[in-house]
Amino acid sequence: MSDEVKKEAEGTAAATGGGLGGEVVSLLKSNVRDYMMYIVLAAIMIYFTIGSGGTFLGGRNITNLFKEAGHVAILAIGMTIILIIRHIDLSVGYVAGFSGAVAALLMTKGIAIGPLNIPPVNEWVAILIVLAMGALIGLYQGTVVTKIGVPAFVTTLAGQFIFRGLLLRTTAATGTIVIQNKGYNALSNDYIPDLPVELPIRLHLLTVIIGVLMVLAFAWSQFKSRKNKLKYNFAVPSMPVFIMKLVFFAAVIMFFMILLAMYNGLPWVAVIIGVVLFLYNYVLNQTKLGRYVYGIGGNDQAAELSGINVKRVTLYAFISMSTLAALAGVLFSSRLRSASPDTGSGFELDAIASSYIGGVAVSGGIGRVTNTIIGALIITSLTNGMNLMQINISWQYIIKGIIFVIAVAFDVRTRQRAK
Amino acid sequence: MAEDYILEMRGIVKEFPGVRALDNVNFKVRRGEIHCLVGENGAGKSTLMKVLSGVYPFGTYEGDIVYNGEVQHFKSIADSEQKEIAIIYQELALIPELSVYENIFFGHEITSGKKINWNETIIRAGEVLKKVRLDIDPSVKIRSLGVGTQQLVEIAKALSKNVKLLILDEPTAALNEDDSQNLLQLIRELKESGVTCIMISHKLREITAIADTITVLRDGATITSMDCHAQEITEAEIIKHMVGREMNNIYPKRSVRAPGETSFELKDWTVVDPSRDNREILHHVNMNVRKGEIVGLQGLMGAGRTELALSVFGNTPHYRITSGELYMDGKKVHFKNPKSAIKGGLAYVSEDRKGNGLILIQDIKYNNTIANLEALVQGLAINKNEEIKVSNYYKDSINIKAPSIEQKVGNLSGGNQQKVQVAKWMFVEPNVLILDEPTRGIDVGAKFEIYTLMNRLVEEGMSIIMISSELPEVLGMSDRLYVMSEGTITGELSAEEATEEKVMAMAIKGGRGNE
Repeated sequence: MSDEVKKEAEGTAAATGGGLGGEVVSLLKSNVRDYMMYIVLAAIMIYFTIGSGGTFLGGRNITNLFKEAGHVAILAIGMTIILIIRHIDLSVGYVAGFSGAVAALLMTKGIAIGPLNIPPVNEWVAILIVLAMGALIGLYQGTVVTKIGVPAFVTTLAGQFIFRGLLLRTTAATGTIVIQNKGYNALSNDYIPDLPVELPIRLHLLTVIIGVLMVLAFAWSQFKSRKNKLKYNFAVPSMPVFIMKLVFFAAVIMFFMILLAMYNGLPWVAVIIGVVLFLYNYVLNQTKLGRYVYGIGGNDQAAELSGINVKRVTLYAFISMSTLAALAGVLFSSRLRSASPDTGSGFELDAIASSYIGGVAVSGGIGRVTNTIIGALIITSLTNGMNLMQINISWQYIIKGIIFVIAVAFDVRTRQRAK
Repeated sequence: MAEDYILEMRGIVKEFPGVRALDNVNFKVRRGEIHCLVGENGAGKSTLMKVLSGVYPFGTYEGDIVYNGEVQHFKSIADSEQKEIAIIYQELALIPELSVYENIFFGHEITSGKKINWNETIIRAGEVLKKVRLDIDPSVKIRSLGVGTQQLVEIAKALSKNVKLLILDEPTAALNEDDSQNLLQLIRELKESGVTCIMISHKLREITAIADTITVLRDGATITSMDCHAQEITEAEIIKHMVGREMNNIYPKRSVRAPGETSFELKDWTVVDPSRDNREILHHVNMNVRKGEIVGLQGLMGAGRTELALSVFGNTPHYRITSGELYMDGKKVHFKNPKSAIKGGLAYVSEDRKGNGLILIQDIKYNNTIANLEALVQGLAINKNEEIKVSNYYKDSINIKAPSIEQKVGNLSGGNQQKVQVAKWMFVEPNVLILDEPTRGIDVGAKFEIYTLMNRLVEEGMSIIMISSELPEVLGMSDRLYVMSEGTITGELSAEEATEEKVMAMAIKGGRGNE
């Protein structure tokens, strides 16, 4: 870093005044909504670690946690966009279930309905077909919402019925369809290969290297954005606070990556989540389309009068949602190595809760997919931890519901105060 | 001789943040008269009536409301209704999916025990409908009725509460000539039966025909109260009182005034509103604007100015164009949505900056660039450095007062929000800029800055259409102006020949009624 930048940074710190401690407190206060999420996640993790006698935070369980989070995280990313533009999609659970079943059928018996005759295909073709089918489902639901004007709540509630029915039809002949394709089952069960290096301890080297690269990439992007902000005289945290923040996030990333490395390494499902997250984060923050999503959520009439094709963007959001639902279905059936007739029930609730816990504003227009992932981790940690502690499923629902409503109440109140 | 006043409002002061809407208003209404309240848009008529009816509760205003000789402390509309005062708003407050009788007794249902007595309700509804001379089946749904009939149902609803003081806010604004006459006749009959009426209206012809007393408000103050039986009141006299303010020299002069070729032309533009039974809202409008020209579009509320702007701008869901052509720089164009209008060189600065102009939860730079992101895109991504440069340029150039361009627009003052709106459309670099009420709700200093900016833009060759309800502003800024009334252009005046009286006379003319 150049001296010039350093000087400016110190200048900013001096200008803001107050000690380091004061700055940290004010930073926490002004971003209380975002930090609260991390605090809650940490609290939940610590609680379950103690409650489970250390099992929760072991490499094996953290690996399981990521695997379990797979379908929820993917659904929540799509749901975040839907909720930002002030719609909802209640059909995602059964779209996922149906998609998983179709994939399973495609890989085992193939599909023959009337003129449509698809012989059994390999897992990769099956996944492509299922994703395309997801896009078509989104096209249908999005069209009903935008062109005909049926509210999304109704359209997707109807979708919930339709795809639940289709899931039952798909599995009617066989019941649960067992999947034997190795590549397919690997998605949610296997790990990235390791480098051919012998280590004295059990450690997945490539996972550690990826962790280090992630930390470096994160630090680089943070420095770049800070430098830019200084160039245009925007307020930035002082250098010590900035470094503290950087070290904190680097430590969290490395902590989890090393935990994973000490077990079997990075699961493929985590890689898939990472890629989807990166893609959606890029679109939302760097492209016109992303801007339009926030604009429509903030004020759709103003967006329309600014030359944004509100209906088209809404249609894209529904197509993206159902495509991701199909992907979630693939991941879920991959984890269970089978597709069963009851898959998908309640998935939409986990996805919606993840988005809201992750800070999507109930009134729309605000939300980040990166925070939604934290929300998904909170929801999955709750399920995983309560299972470890053998808490009855009835209590699990009640506790999740209470945490959900508290999170949104907190969100509503902090936003009111910010106004 | 002591007069019998049903209502006296004494020294009413009502303030909103930054604005004194009512400034020591005195308003007296005799028992059993028809009292017309007139004034320009924003003069304070509706605010005064909202104070009276309890919409603005006791304690939020200063002064006394004396009704039937007693000082009243209305805390809500329910309180004023208790005292048999009813107000009928311009926007009707009926529930479209309920029947006429359900609507009439909505909120004061006739019950026997805990249950609603529907038979009695229907019989009583028939009785009040007879009083307003409305011969309809009380069980039809409101939505199947025309606006004029709905207006009568509103009055029937008021009568069902034994109203003694009836307030009508522009009751004939949405009515055609026959329905208007019918309504005015009914108001006269109500007067005979002992109901006192306060009527807000812009239509001077109707006012001079019906009023016993006329009170003129201007800039939140009572200007005069005229007894129509003591003297003959002419329309010209009312207009003089309505506009008679001093013209201050608050309009910056332009260095060059050299209009070029025609850049915008509308021919025979007729538009209907599909959501309201295809009611015609614009009727064969013809107008043109040249390069480097500011053209004012004047008219009273509801004359169709905003509708004209939005229908041209391609806001299709609400407007269906049934005839007419639009030419931009001599080329015939059709804008199917705002996006194509923007591409075609047209920009529209909304009158409702909070409602549909700005995205308040986003920051200045977001709003500044949202209508023209194409200019900032490299490959797939938006060039954020370029965006910051652009937004900083406009912030300095037109003096948007904010700590930084990362400030949320919702936290800015009205004047600065307006500047952000203008900056947003300047960045699009349109040929024709429509400014709809560009100075509404902003202070004098910010107004001057907006005017200066307008001059700068036309000097650079842009064409501006300025829609404004503030007459002095339109007269001070325009090279030429069109006056609209009831969806038609009722006159065109050059800056030299335009006076407030002439414009007001055209605005009140009543386009189609006179055809």
